[in-house]
Amino acid sequence: MDSIIQGKAYVLGKNIDTDQIIPAEHLVYSLSDPEEVKLYGKYALSGVPIAETGLPEGSRPFVEEGKFQSEYSIIIGGPNFGCGSSREHAPFALQVAGAKAIVAESYARIFYRNCVDGGFVIPYETAEQLNKTVLTGDELKIDIENNTITNLTQEVTYTLKPLGDVYNIVMAGGIFAYARQENLMNS
Amino acid sequence: MAQTITQKILAKAAGRKFVEAGESVWLNVDILLTHDVCGPPTFDIFREKFGPGAKVWDPEKVVILPDHYIFTENEHARRNIDLLRQFAEEHDLPNHHDVGTDRYKGVCHVALAQEGYNLPGTVLFGTDSHTCTSGAFGMFGTGIGNTDAAFILGTGKIWEKVPESMKFIFEGQMPDYLAAKDLILQILGDIGTDGATYRAMEFDGPAVYSMPMEERMTLTNMAIEAGGMNGIIAADSVTEAYVRERTGKPYEIFNSDPDAEYHSIYRYKTEELEPVVAMPHSPDNRATVRSVQDTRITKSYIGSCTGGKLSDFVMAAKILKGNKVSVPTNIVPATVEAAQSLETEQFDGHSIIKILEDAGCTIAPPSCAACLGGPSDTFGRSEDNDLVVSTTNRNFPGRMGSKKAGVCLASPLTAAASAITGKLTDPREFLR
Repeated sequence: MDSIIQGKAYVLGKNIDTDQIIPAEHLVYSLSDPEEVKLYGKYALSGVPIAETGLPEGSRPFVEEGKFQSEYSIIIGGPNFGCGSSREHAPFALQVAGAKAIVAESYARIFYRNCVDGGFVIPYETAEQLNKTVLTGDELKIDIENNTITNLTQEVTYTLKPLGDVYNIVMAGGIFAYARQENLMNS
Repeated sequence: MAQTITQKILAKAAGRKFVEAGESVWLNVDILLTHDVCGPPTFDIFREKFGPGAKVWDPEKVVILPDHYIFTENEHARRNIDLLRQFAEEHDLPNHHDVGTDRYKGVCHVALAQEGYNLPGTVLFGTDSHTCTSGAFGMFGTGIGNTDAAFILGTGKIWEKVPESMKFIFEGQMPDYLAAKDLILQILGDIGTDGATYRAMEFDGPAVYSMPMEERMTLTNMAIEAGGMNGIIAADSVTEAYVRERTGKPYEIFNSDPDAEYHSIYRYKTEELEPVVAMPHSPDNRATVRSVQDTRITKSYIGSCTGGKLSDFVMAAKILKGNKVSVPTNIVPATVEAAQSLETEQFDGHSIIKILEDAGCTIAPPSCAACLGGPSDTFGRSEDNDLVVSTTNRNFPGRMGSKKAGVCLASPLTAAASAITGKLTDPREFLR
């Protein structure tokens, strides 16, 4: 795991539910077949109402029409990110599209667990309302060891909440890698 | 030390006497549930991580209930049904309720109850966020993703953070114009869609205990709509009678200690509540039906794990008897048992199915159907700018299909009354 994540910001509003992250009609594709997996990238965040994509301007889809990868790698959200269903296809789709981390005020439990245990994207919490200040396209840098996020475009640094209990799982790369490391899978 | 019912159940599953809210514990899982959307990817992860030849930890404890995309020609969806069958055969899993056989049941959360998998005091994890429904049986039920499910499949264990508990007490008795759906939408409007995140929602009070199991399941089902880890109602004689009719398996009843600590306690005078709806596009966007009664709707939908049980259709039939619907009204029984009981259960001298058909409703075979949109040929899927009044549990943007459509969540009483008038209608108009 690198200790720095750097990339362009993609800004969303509050209560981004899993139907917006990956609409249910797309849940039928395989998550292991390499060709079908690409479709999860194509449709990542395709359920977000168009005016609310890529804030503050809006109407900026996460993945451009006809593409399978996003140009944005850090998603900035508000409170209750990932509410709704248990579909692990949601953080998976974000990862396939190229997202490395999410920074939001809070998360729904199952989505948060899925991000961590599946090792898809790192779900950071922050007390700051970053989706009010960061603009889609800003260059961001997350320092994992020091729990900070710097907006390189605006030259300002914010504090992230420590990952706490799940830090070791995140650093191991998921629950299986962690369990092996800790000898939890022998019993 | 005093504990809530949720703490006591998790302590038992962790092999301890006491667990504290906020601590992470490893639990022994009693049942793992999966279905056609999340089963195949879960099995892929299981194979990859545990290697070829790996065995599931306990075949008796794995329950496979395909229910999401059943009656569709979508080739990928049909492939998922085949993948479930393959895995069940490979691992000799006795509790696979396969599509196209007489073992097929329908919507997993209702089928778990009807088939006797829900047992007080046990711990059930499922690859579906509405697994919290099972908490109506005085047990711990919660949703997880595919990776966690694959981990359980191989080890029988999972980590969980012991939740703080919130208590919701409904005093008094239920008036005939209210349903469990009104109570949970009331709560959602009060605490919001993240008002219970990472917490247990415990329901209590005489109005709750006056409800049959099916209505209690509607309360616990929508705990997740407030972000809750689990919803829970301690088992009573009604629970025991329901369970004993279906299984001889042992169970243990737990109750919260009187001096257990709660994050918060909410009290409601049930008789003072009104029929409510959640307007688009969030389950906490509550309004009294009366305050939005001129809103035109284009469809009514009565179905799903939260609104497709026999008790839901009996409520709808009470309103629809002798009336005609004025908008397309789609009925989707949650399970085969629910569908069959529409024929045998009577109201006012007629079978429920006769009342629904005479009113002009269209009835589909049991599955999740359009609750979550689904493939383009899914029964009841919303189209264009539909505004659907629905007994389902979510109304996020695009939830029932069309991205331009809206969904108003309501009780079966309100969905039926609105189907007759073509606009959102307080069921009291038809109960006089």
